[in-house]
Amino acid sequence: MSSTSDHHVILRVTAKFLIPIITLYAFYVQFHGDYSPGGGFQAGVIFAVGIILYALIFGVVDALTLVPAIFARYLALFGFLLYGSVGVVAMLNGGLFLDYDFLVAEGPEGHWGQHIGIIVIELGVLFAVAGSMLTIFYSFAGRAPEIDDEDW
Amino acid sequence: MPFDLVSLLPDGFVRHLPVLLVIVPLLLAPVCAAIPSWRATWAIALGGIVFSLICALGLLQQVMETGRISYALGGWAPPLGIEFAVDMLNAPILLLVSAIGVLATIFALPTIVKDVNKEKRALFFAAYLMCFAGLLGVAVTADAFNLFVFLEVSSISTYVLVAIGGSRDRRAFVAGFNYLIMGSIGATFYVIGIGFLYAATGTLNMADIAARIPEVADSKTIHAGFAFIVVGLGLKAAMFPLHQWLPNAYAYAPNFVTVFLSATATKVAFYALIRLLFSVFSPELSFQEIIFTWVLAPLAAIAAIACSFQAIFQTDIKRMLAYSSVAQVGYMLLGLSLASADGVSASLFHLINHAMMKGALFMAVSGVVLSLGSSQLRDFAGIARKAPWTATALGIAALSLVGVPLTAGFLSKVALFKAALVQDWWWVVVVLGISSVLAVLYVGRLLETVFFKTPGPAQLQVKEAPLMVLIPLWVLALACIYYGLDASFITTLTDGAASVAFSGGQP
Repeated sequence: MSSTSDHHVILRVTAKFLIPIITLYAFYVQFHGDYSPGGGFQAGVIFAVGIILYALIFGVVDALTLVPAIFARYLALFGFLLYGSVGVVAMLNGGLFLDYDFLVAEGPEGHWGQHIGIIVIELGVLFAVAGSMLTIFYSFAGRAPEIDDEDW
Repeated sequence: MPFDLVSLLPDGFVRHLPVLLVIVPLLLAPVCAAIPSWRATWAIALGGIVFSLICALGLLQQVMETGRISYALGGWAPPLGIEFAVDMLNAPILLLVSAIGVLATIFALPTIVKDVNKEKRALFFAAYLMCFAGLLGVAVTADAFNLFVFLEVSSISTYVLVAIGGSRDRRAFVAGFNYLIMGSIGATFYVIGIGFLYAATGTLNMADIAARIPEVADSKTIHAGFAFIVVGLGLKAAMFPLHQWLPNAYAYAPNFVTVFLSATATKVAFYALIRLLFSVFSPELSFQEIIFTWVLAPLAAIAAIACSFQAIFQTDIKRMLAYSSVAQVGYMLLGLSLASADGVSASLFHLINHAMMKGALFMAVSGVVLSLGSSQLRDFAGIARKAPWTATALGIAALSLVGVPLTAGFLSKVALFKAALVQDWWWVVVVLGISSVLAVLYVGRLLETVFFKTPGPAQLQVKEAPLMVLIPLWVLALACIYYGLDASFITTLTDGAASVAFSGGQP
């Protein structure tokens, strides 16, 4: 965990090198989602995997300082609400639920609404998935045993 | 229609009722999870569910006046897009789920304090709202795959709700895990079945599938899809012999969860079964007739007798009521397998009545458990002396469960009898008769213990259930009596539902 133990130096150096690339790749998958396969779900998983790799190599305690558990949870909730809000905004603008055409005021030929809609939705999915993945990981990794072995 | 709600609602609002009904509780769930004060989340949950109830009432009125309402999500017209549709078949289910939801939420406040650790309560209400929204979604959607998604939304949160009882009784963890495994198998089977249907018809919209099935009805793909769907939804609806998850889940879940699930979750799965069997498939298909007569009806008969028998020998009241629930699902399935409009109507009638009486029974038992701390039958000896109001409501609901005249349970059993006799299915009448006698035995044991046994020192400590338990409890108990005297409101709804189911899908 600290610099005194050198057993895992290769792991640590490789991980340090890989984690930024993994995160960058997550955003690539995210923002290329409307042109090529991919999108919020995959990007969210990849992003969370970057943090989980960090936790595996440097310990859960360090990972929790980097991304606190409460942050992961609120990220997931925010993502969920962001997704839903797209539908609600479309509804308030006079369209049906999740009708992206009503997100911006434009003529019948305009398709900016569709563009903006899918980008915001995918962002919501990214936050929700990344947050949920991290929350699940933390609750497994950080789970203290409720009963000591002696108590049995 | 006895009320005029739609004209009171704002204009732009009415058009969105089918989707608002589901998304308001769904979007309030993450809000609940973000708020630390659990009392505030309770208030939010109650608000969201009351809102859904208003939506459900508005939808019911609209459907009765104008017929089927369709809502194209995202503006993508069905059958390509996902469609929410409300007709006479699901409008009563929406009303039932949201009405029970309101009563159960009121009931939640005093009981949750005992059952769930403080730091988990806000999250608990978030999971509850998810479950509620999922159940409504299952009922409102007209897209077969979307139904699977909502089924999973409700099921996954249900597993959490059951397992959260583990802070009080650790057996809840095992019960929740069993439920998770069985429920996931059920959901998987359902989605495999939908996959087969999609392969054969190339569409996921229910009405569209229904229109295309007759051409390919004799293919193995359709037969396999049918089998998978019946088993999958049967598991969710606790159809005998796929009910093994239910008794433990009901017995060890928090009291409030048992009340809510017993009155809604299996009911919604049963509705989905009706929707798939009658509006997507059709009872005129030759293989479905065979399955109804030779598989579903015998299994339902075994459930009605065997599970009533098991209920007699339970020492825990909640388990006794849980086995009785499986037997009652058998009744509904018997009505269904008659494959007649009368049968489906009687089946839904019994479904609604059963939701009311089982909800009331579990509420009454929970109200006593609050101060007694045990749900063992022998510990209930003579509690009527200390908690007369709770015990009386328990008695009313129990009599309705047996089917004593002047209670709602009587009328729906009579309706089932009549529907069976029209088709000369005499053995159904015999089965229901035997099952009712067995019900007299287990309900008799319960009532004898509660009213006539001498209370011990522990029983003298029992207090009347708090007011917030008594109010929803008595609403349900009085409903059992009211609809036992005049069930015309419910029968209008269920007859309408049956006519939708038999018009070959959507009108």
